[in-house]
Amino acid sequence: MSRVFHPLDRKLVRDLSKMKGQVVTIALVVACGVAAFVAMRSAHASLLDARNAFYADRYFGDVFATLRRAPNVLRDRLEAIDGVALVDTRIVAGGVMPLEGVAEPPTATVVSLPLSLNQVHLRSGRLPASRSRDEAVVSDAFAIARDIGVGDVVPLILGGIRKDVHIVGIGLSPEHILMLAPGQLAMDPGRQGVLFMDRGAVEAALRLEGAFNSVSLRLQNDAPAHDVIDRVDAVLAPYGGIGAITRDKQLSNSLLSQELDQLGNMATQVPPLFLLVAALLLHVVLSRIVQLQRSQIATLKALGYGNRQIGFFYAKLAATIVSLGAALGLMLGAWLGASMVSMYSSFFRFPTLESHVDVRTAMIAVGVSVAAGAFGTFTAVRKVLALPPAEAMRPPAPDTYRRGVLDMGFARKILGGSARMVLREVQRRPLRVFASSFGIAIAVGILVVGRFFGDAMTWMVDVNLHETQRWDVQVAFREPLPLSSLGNLRLLPGVHRVEGLRSVPVRVSSGSRHRSLAILGYPGDGTTALQRVVGSDNRTVALPEQGAVLTRLLGDLLHVHIGDELDVQVLEGARRRVSVPVAGFVEEPFGLQVHMRSSALHALLGQEPSVNAALLQLDPQVAGATSARGLDERITALPDVVGVAHMANVVETFKKQSEQTILAMSIVLTIFAMTIVVGVVYNNARVALSMRERDLASLRVLGFTRGEISAILLGELAIQVLLAIPLGLLFGRFFVHAMSTGATDPEMYRLPEIVLPSNFAFAATVTLAGAFVSALLVRRKLDKLDLISVLKTRE
Amino acid sequence: MSAGETTRAPAGDAVLSATDVTKIYRMGEVDVHALRGVSLELRVGELMVLVGSSGSGKSTLLNILGGLDQPTSGEVRHRETRLDGASDAALTRFRRDHVGFIFQFYNLIPSLTARENVELVTELVDDPMSPKEALELVGLGERLDHFPSQLSGGEQQRVAIARAVAKRPDILLCDEPTGALDYKTGVQLLQVIERINHELGTTTAVITHNAPVGAMAHRVVTMRSGEIQDVVVNESPVAAAELEW
Repeated sequence: MSRVFHPLDRKLVRDLSKMKGQVVTIALVVACGVAAFVAMRSAHASLLDARNAFYADRYFGDVFATLRRAPNVLRDRLEAIDGVALVDTRIVAGGVMPLEGVAEPPTATVVSLPLSLNQVHLRSGRLPASRSRDEAVVSDAFAIARDIGVGDVVPLILGGIRKDVHIVGIGLSPEHILMLAPGQLAMDPGRQGVLFMDRGAVEAALRLEGAFNSVSLRLQNDAPAHDVIDRVDAVLAPYGGIGAITRDKQLSNSLLSQELDQLGNMATQVPPLFLLVAALLLHVVLSRIVQLQRSQIATLKALGYGNRQIGFFYAKLAATIVSLGAALGLMLGAWLGASMVSMYSSFFRFPTLESHVDVRTAMIAVGVSVAAGAFGTFTAVRKVLALPPAEAMRPPAPDTYRRGVLDMGFARKILGGSARMVLREVQRRPLRVFASSFGIAIAVGILVVGRFFGDAMTWMVDVNLHETQRWDVQVAFREPLPLSSLGNLRLLPGVHRVEGLRSVPVRVSSGSRHRSLAILGYPGDGTTALQRVVGSDNRTVALPEQGAVLTRLLGDLLHVHIGDELDVQVLEGARRRVSVPVAGFVEEPFGLQVHMRSSALHALLGQEPSVNAALLQLDPQVAGATSARGLDERITALPDVVGVAHMANVVETFKKQSEQTILAMSIVLTIFAMTIVVGVVYNNARVALSMRERDLASLRVLGFTRGEISAILLGELAIQVLLAIPLGLLFGRFFVHAMSTGATDPEMYRLPEIVLPSNFAFAATVTLAGAFVSALLVRRKLDKLDLISVLKTRE
Repeated sequence: MSAGETTRAPAGDAVLSATDVTKIYRMGEVDVHALRGVSLELRVGELMVLVGSSGSGKSTLLNILGGLDQPTSGEVRHRETRLDGASDAALTRFRRDHVGFIFQFYNLIPSLTARENVELVTELVDDPMSPKEALELVGLGERLDHFPSQLSGGEQQRVAIARAVAKRPDILLCDEPTGALDYKTGVQLLQVIERINHELGTTTAVITHNAPVGAMAHRVVTMRSGEIQDVVVNESPVAAAELEW
């Protein structure tokens, strides 16, 4: 045969071009699902690859431990521990960089060189010369944020001594990919830098000659980490070791894993919703096409075409639509994935970070969407193929309508003829109405989720943070100091009130369950302090004379109840082991904490009262004013100060950072949800129109106006949308629950499941707008209804 | 009276036969007895006309003979092969290899041109006419690339005929082929059918509610209320061109 195309293929092309609107809207829904999947999966995979490559290349440690001071010879004992492959002992210390013109001086983490583990990857410049006292490599995120280049000089206060450091290189380390400064809620690269300096310089500044205060280990394959940690702790305990941790708990890695897990969870949870809607749409639309083409199918059967060939034809129809969507989705997904990666690359510092879509992801995305389409099609075509051709050629018997509630006296009186037609149609096809409502409801749910993150963040900052943190400035000390040292701060001009805060690193356990965390000690019962314990219900908790108040989740994790005794191993000082009665629980959005009165805490430690942070309240006219800058300089000039944080900046940074990502996500989700709404409403309207064309044309002939027949057709859609909105708000509530529990590590951070009325209102409004646009598109078709030809066409 | 025994075949053996066939439909909530024990043979080369009023069961009988539908009871054979109770695949095979259908409403695929509608069939079989040849046979050699919506009713019906005969079927079954056409176009169409029966020797059955059409047939079978009422053998059929109604 000379022809390339089978006549059925031409029919396919012409059928598709006749239903362009439907093809496009369904393909777009598929595209959204595929794009969401591909973008999130690719971003996830790209980041994971970059991280793993970086970790492997720069020997990221398996175990980390901090201590006060130990002689270098102790290294041999650590190396002798069973299961340890490599040991690196170094000095890590906190300093401050009082940069010119920067109000709140950034903190510096100074790390001694050379390193055999957690090595520095140089972006530019060189490593400090051996024995150099004032050369450093600076972390690149900080360098970018503060516009520091090779050759610049940066002031550093380390061990109470101020010196000028010459920047000779810019680099990054696997240990400091993400950083969170003391008192900060959000990562702000300009707030904390890492300086890598020659060991001799650091030793001298901290008077740690011949000693180390930090250890990193690599384990042999399959060595049991917990056994090793127990032995390391035993070796380091006499030297002020505060408990070794595995890399899961290492700050940078744990922040990074949390972000990556969140992305991975989203990638598996969100896209299936789109594909489900696409399958439903294909089912609804193809069912109708198949019904409209009933007699064509019968003719093909009469001509000798088999079920398989005809089924294959409709499968190709669906596959074409899905493939169009999948192709578009792949391109969109690759682009979105690359933008996500580039957005992440400003937070996650990796030596190389390239966005790539792997073949497997693409194949899964296309495979799943085609399967969804095939399922939708199969269920639609099966029924007609089962009919003998002679029967399929006859118009279907008139639909059976029954008199029902609508025909009862009362309803009869209040409902006009049009309303009754609408309601009977709904009554007659409840499944179809439900299917479309379900699809729209998913879109409403997605809209709710899109706004939820913003609302949750706003709540955490504006409500929870304002209630718990009432200080203006927080000053972190290098080590616990006597209460009297707060006196220096009280003397500073503009300082209205000063309070100490004590946090003690501990390991709490109950039976075999344990967690490493900090016990916080508050002045008095804590209710009038500058930092308070506040529950999710926004009520301030008064701390009892004795005993501790635990974060609710901590109680659940340890399986303890009020009145139980908590086993506490103090990880500093004399390393006492004591037990503390559990006095109460509090729901908190951040972390795991144990709260106690300072007096009870010090009694427990057997120590004189001490503080390791100061909270300052400033005079209202000073707070936020330029005079605060002078204050910062005076504070950092005090001995033992390692960090200063302003509440206003903490909040601003947190908002700024979350707003960017949340806004981007919210826009993407809103666009996707709109696509679903338009896809569902438009396709349903087209299907309804094709099913009722004759009825509506007959009504026009009888004298109904265009408005009246539109009301009949669109009334049914309005019912679907109105049913969908409350259902969708329920879905939204459910999705929010799934997101807040599944998308974050609950031990770090629990998004409060708050859905504000404004969120619901937004979701409902956007849905109605989408429905309205779709209705307008269909209304245009309705206005062009050709009365005579419609009536002449044989069903 | 039994049709098979009292009517003399104008030629040869039975190609299709129905014995004691009944058909009951369920339309919405009512049972319709479309056929009540019908027996009939369609013989090689003959042109048979089935007449009867609307609802007499002629279309149902033709559909069952053509393998488009299954009888509720009774036996249907194509030569030696049983069609009643045959699988869907077997019936598809039978229609594909042996039967050409023409329907009152043409049943062309609206999105395909005249030529492509015929190609639908020529794609399916081994030794078809070329679509052009088939369309020339019905006098539409000039309108190959027109879509159904660009053709008159008579032309559309001729495309349907071309589509039915292009695969050189043994049997041509026509259900009210002139039903939607005016007198002049109807006669032209019957001439085409007559020509196919004569020139190609295709066994042909034509359903009509228009009694005068019977004059062109070898046999005229009259149906009423789902039964065969009368069978008349026509010794000297009239040419289609001379029919009048």
